[in-house]
Amino acid sequence: MKHIKTINKANLKATAAKGGCGKCQASCQSACKTSCTVANQKCER
Amino acid sequence: MIHKYKLCGYNVVLDVNSGGVHIVDDLTYDLLTDVKPPFSEKCPEEVVEKLSKAYKTDDIISCYEEVLEAYKEGVLFSEDDYEQYANVAVASPIKAMCLNIAHDCNLRCEYCFASTGDFGEGRKLMTYETGKKAIDFLLTHSANRENLELDFFGGEPLMNFDVVKQIVEYARSREEEYGKKFRFTITTNGMLLDDDKIDFINKEMSNVVLSIDGRKEVNDRMRKRVDGNGCYDRIIPKYRKLVDKRGDKEYYVRGTYTKYNLDFSEDVFSLVDAGFDQISVEPVVTDPCDPYALTEKDLPVIFKEYEKLMKRILDYEKTGKRFNFFHFMLDLDQGPCAIKRLRGCGCGNDYVAITPDGDIYPCHQFVGEEAYKMGNIDEGTFNYEMKSDFAKMHIYTKPDCCDCWAKFYCSGGCNANNYQYAGDTRKAHVMSCEIEKKRLECAIVLKAIRMGESADPSENE
Ligand code: SF4
Ligand code: SF4
Repeated sequence: MKHIKTINKANLKATAAKGGCGKCQASCQSACKTSCTVANQKCER
Repeated sequence: MIHKYKLCGYNVVLDVNSGGVHIVDDLTYDLLTDVKPPFSEKCPEEVVEKLSKAYKTDDIISCYEEVLEAYKEGVLFSEDDYEQYANVAVASPIKAMCLNIAHDCNLRCEYCFASTGDFGEGRKLMTYETGKKAIDFLLTHSANRENLELDFFGGEPLMNFDVVKQIVEYARSREEEYGKKFRFTITTNGMLLDDDKIDFINKEMSNVVLSIDGRKEVNDRMRKRVDGNGCYDRIIPKYRKLVDKRGDKEYYVRGTYTKYNLDFSEDVFSLVDAGFDQISVEPVVTDPCDPYALTEKDLPVIFKEYEKLMKRILDYEKTGKRFNFFHFMLDLDQGPCAIKRLRGCGCGNDYVAITPDGDIYPCHQFVGEEAYKMGNIDEGTFNYEMKSDFAKMHIYTKPDCCDCWAKFYCSGGCNANNYQYAGDTRKAHVMSCEIEKKRLECAIVLKAIRMGESADPSENE
């Protein structure tokens, strides 16, 4: 494509189907303790 | 739903539901203002006509074809079909706990949400007995979760460090029998750090959060000792020592910015200059009447400052060095699954906080809010109804979040801040949202630049 460059896998939907295992860290336990950007967490599976 | 913005010469288009991140040219950027599903096979005449003032007709037509192709591939204007997952959001096992090991503090930070450490409930230290019961509670309420997280929080946890050690020892002694692994973390103001504590923390704690605001004058204005003097000079050497001995283990120096230091990129870099490479500096969230509160009037300056920070980080990286700024961290491919993203922080459902009196709250920020007391460890009470109510706290039950482009990054914000400052756990706290969205925009462009993406999509293979 000339006009559009997609820079990631855009696979969020696929993660819904097999996600939700709960192995990952609770988000507020990471660095901030006052706010919540879940997207910067790691998937641990 | 899509979200588009321009930053640092980049035109970015986010496809909210697929998570797609696209760099587009000006034509696409403008075209996307005028087209949306349902798409016809050909670009509508009036759109061609409108855009032909600035662009060549052939280009408009080929651009439209690309948009259509991306749409068909499901990476542009993709459908929101997540609500089905949200609706099955059910009560989860409890896997994380915040232990308010000391409702007491040896600093008097002006902005402290815990009212100088005691959460407005009087100064108290948690006993080992209560700590043990908290561990047992976590072990028995965590069902099949193997990784259990325990954060030692306060007040100032080092004021009750013997109990911290005992609790760690007790928890470790039960890991095998229950088939669990504890991950301990601690948040401290550093005042009482000594060699013994540093070694213990570095051995046992998988993460340590070291509070400091940045430049000495900024830190000392807010983070004061009981005698009114700042704490900077005392804590810096201790933090350095801890970090130097820590190896690869995770840590953060973590600061708060307020109206007094809207030029907070200086504070981030002051921490870098002091030798730290894992940094989090975040907006104070407080009553708008407080003199240091951030208000909507400050937003343009705050936005500029995040852009400045981002550019400074890029310049810094050109020198071959690197540090991590917590809120610019973003993995566009390997981040958390959509289920986690729509549920958010999990407070009151898979995460709870315990006070020295054994009271259970949905999280550390709810401590002291009588209406949100969930039970008591000693009395063996626990409000499962409140827990299931929190389990339903996700972006699709928050009206503001449903239509927000940032929902899968932010995940619905902080329920406690929503309650305290917007009046309802499900009502978005606008200041936090605005700042969150700006940080995300910066984080995404920063990511694109680091990946070597050109701002001109035709230059990319
Ligand atoms: S809390 Fe605010 S920024 Fe976050 S998803 Fe909700 S509306 Fe968007
Ligand atoms: S409500 Fe706020 S402070 Fe509490 S766990 Fe959630 S994001 Fe963290």
